[in-house]
Amino acid sequence: MASYEIEIILNRQLADCLSIPVFITDTTGNLIFYNDPAEMILGTRFEETGEMKVETWSTIFKPLDDHKAPLPPEQLPLVKTLNDQHPHHKTFWIESLKGTAEKISVTSYPIIGRAGKFLGAVAIFWETKDL
Amino acid sequence: MRISVKGVRGSIPTSGADTSYYGGNTSCTVVSEKDCFLVLDGGSGMQKVTLPAAVKRVDILLTHLHLDHIQGLGFFSSLFNPAMEVHIWGPASATQSLHSRLSRYLSPPLFPVLIRDLPCQLTLHDIANSVFEIGPFTISSRFVIHPGPTVGFRISGQRSVFAYLPDHEPALGLTGLLKDTKWISGFDLASDADLLMHDAQYTTPEYNNKIGWGHSSMEDAIQFASLATVRHFLLTHHDPSRTDELLNEMFADIQKKISPPFPIELAREGMEIELP
Ligand SMILES: [Zn+2]
Ligand SMILES: [Zn+2]
Repeated sequence: MASYEIEIILNRQLADCLSIPVFITDTTGNLIFYNDPAEMILGTRFEETGEMKVETWSTIFKPLDDHKAPLPPEQLPLVKTLNDQHPHHKTFWIESLKGTAEKISVTSYPIIGRAGKFLGAVAIFWETKDL
Repeated sequence: MRISVKGVRGSIPTSGADTSYYGGNTSCTVVSEKDCFLVLDGGSGMQKVTLPAAVKRVDILLTHLHLDHIQGLGFFSSLFNPAMEVHIWGPASATQSLHSRLSRYLSPPLFPVLIRDLPCQLTLHDIANSVFEIGPFTISSRFVIHPGPTVGFRISGQRSVFAYLPDHEPALGLTGLLKDTKWISGFDLASDADLLMHDAQYTTPEYNNKIGWGHSSMEDAIQFASLATVRHFLLTHHDPSRTDELLNEMFADIQKKISPPFPIELAREGMEIELP
């Protein structure tokens, strides 16, 4: 397989240096990289799973709205970014691996390369203990 | 395919007796097959490029527009020859064309002649992740890790492949080169090349103090070449502070540490390599 564009490679290298969870997807939502802190959301490590198809990874964690009802995928920032190639931000709940709900904020942004081409998307998960 | 090395120095030309063996001119290499001539980068080595009188077209391929890769352009005689067809291929930025970026150098006060006043028949080509053909060559350019828009080239001739990445930092990141080659900048360009010419400006301790400057240590460069399973490797973009003696010492040290299963050599001005 051809290697990734440097805009994607550099996003991974940055994510690797951060202590906040970061997901990187290709243009169709396949998870091509997640950093070590993202383990607390997915319960797995990139070294173990490698890349994950969108059907696989999107079912691992359960997003919930303020009433703890399931949040439809099209309301998630990353899904919105993949659809419209714009940045998005939202605070919502996710059911943690322990079965408890935790409030998080997600910021997503598109990776638009030098040639103006949409290459993928990044989602950053912020803890919102104080909210 | 014939490779003629005209300049191997990084950053700034270094003239003098103690750099006379490897040479002090900055990046420039000529690739030819039949009567087709490609000049890779326009560093100060470009002043030594001469073409046979019968040649009426030359293509200049710029990896990027740092001064050590364009400073020889204004002194390339073909640009001043009205009978010559000259094509310059180089990366545009996200906001400016190659023409406007090159004009910053080829205009007063830095240079007395404007691009539009050059007597040759000049065509500029903006490239990115592109594939294009020139004579017998198929050329792929791809953005690689180096400050500012920078590409590397993979030049396929009729029977052999030459990869040229004089300024490249594929090890940029927390843990250096990743083993999964999909995640290595420039890998596709170098993969299985008959000859790779690649940045190897620093020692490993020097690199550790210059992470993000856009260059490679000799060690990382050799690892990159090994992962790409090239057949022959030329280390280039020698640091301007390096005398011939120091370069030889460094190279001897690295060879004690790493012995890849293909020949490795320090690139030297005046070197001629014939690929099958
Ligand atoms: Zn350079
Ligand atoms: Zn450079």
